[in-house]
Amino acid sequence: MAGTDIIIHDEKDNVGVVVIEKITPKQDCDCWIMENDKSVKIQSMDEIPLGHKIAMTDLNEGDTILKYGHDIGKVVKSIKKGEHVHVHNVKTKKW
Amino acid sequence: MEIPKTFLGYKREDGRTGTRNHVIILPVDDISNACAEAVANNIKGTIALPHSYGRLQFGADLELHFRTMIGTGKNPNVAAVIVIGIEPKWTKRIVDAIATTGKPVEGFSIEGVGDIDTIARVSKKAQEFSIWASEKQREERPISDLWISVKCGESDTTSGLASNPTVGNLMDKLEPLGVHLCFGETSELTGAEIVCEKRGNTPEAQEKFRKTWSSYNDFILKEATDDLSESQPTAGNIAGGLTTIEEKAFGNFQKIGGCKFIDVLEPAEEPTKGPGLYFMDTSSAAAECVTLQAAGGFNLHLFPTGQGNIIGNPIEPVVKLTANPLTARTMSEHIDVDVSKILSREMNLDEAGDELIKATIRVANGRLTCAEALGHKEFVMTKLYRSA
Repeated sequence: MAGTDIIIHDEKDNVGVVVIEKITPKQDCDCWIMENDKSVKIQSMDEIPLGHKIAMTDLNEGDTILKYGHDIGKVVKSIKKGEHVHVHNVKTKKW
Repeated sequence: MEIPKTFLGYKREDGRTGTRNHVIILPVDDISNACAEAVANNIKGTIALPHSYGRLQFGADLELHFRTMIGTGKNPNVAAVIVIGIEPKWTKRIVDAIATTGKPVEGFSIEGVGDIDTIARVSKKAQEFSIWASEKQREERPISDLWISVKCGESDTTSGLASNPTVGNLMDKLEPLGVHLCFGETSELTGAEIVCEKRGNTPEAQEKFRKTWSSYNDFILKEATDDLSESQPTAGNIAGGLTTIEEKAFGNFQKIGGCKFIDVLEPAEEPTKGPGLYFMDTSSAAAECVTLQAAGGFNLHLFPTGQGNIIGNPIEPVVKLTANPLTARTMSEHIDVDVSKILSREMNLDEAGDELIKATIRVANGRLTCAEALGHKEFVMTKLYRSA
């Protein structure tokens, strides 16, 4: 099925992964949730390249990022729904 | 897809099967590299495996050195072995252990002779081995003679989404057929270590994994000067969208599909509990990890990459796959299997797993991998600590 811009591993996840070359600000994106084969939509706030993550909800400092349904780190700078999620606003809980 | 029951391999004296038919010139130590490389240059059909260590090592580090040397020589992808060391004692220890497989092996030492005479003597033996090995023929062998190791590199989020799950799909399909499987990368399971531990199929295997991971983690915490943010994830991982070690770990972990591991191996240790999945305690550096897995006896390697790691190994063919469409396009000479259509949902995981099985069997039958055709022969010893 063509037209998927973002893939989300697990229904619980609060981030999705961009799977087209890039998405641009204000782009209406189609998201596919792998776990349950559902589709959702989101409007992006930032330009986000292939493979990078987008916030599916508003996230506050200290919140846990969920991907694969698991804890992959903590928010260190608040993130709005549709914004780019990466090393500038998320850090490991290990090391 | 019906999975073929056989492939074409080289039956060895000890009953194992090789996917390759190499004659190797193995230096025991760093200072014997020049001699080994001169012989390999003289005699066609042989390859030298130069490396940086082998002098004044001691304790567990020395044992690992021997295990890696011996395991490399015993690997069924190797038809015959020449071992060259500066002195006879360590050389003999390696020769004797390789000889238990029944394959031709001969040792030479340089002390008291010098490089030039050694090169002449070794070249004569290497020529004999090369001509002997050239007459070996591939024959039909059961699919269960495949020993497949896996390790990913320059991973990005496409690895966790698609290329690693493709390897997982292959494992799910090949494990019931009696194939030996192996994953490693102890540090890169950090964040997923509790989930991974539960995949041990016995309490002993789980306990062994817990100890192995904790000891590696303690070592990293002891040696780390900062939060490891320059190394894990790597700059390539971060460019590809991976943010934390936990995210990388859960992506990494997709490679074993739904399989459970039956035992935890020391670095370069040969599995002895029969067919199934093993975890080997390894570094997450690509060449170190594959070198250890090859020394454990694995005869074909699957390597999913995101941003485009280009590794190969001198004796174990490395099949590379990617789900990153940019990498598949810009680094096509390194990619054996392109599964990027999973991301556009034009291919599902089941289809991708089948494609990978087909590619695996073609390579097992003799098809050169991209890395082999490009001459990648990274042979990298793992060193545990400083020499004496």
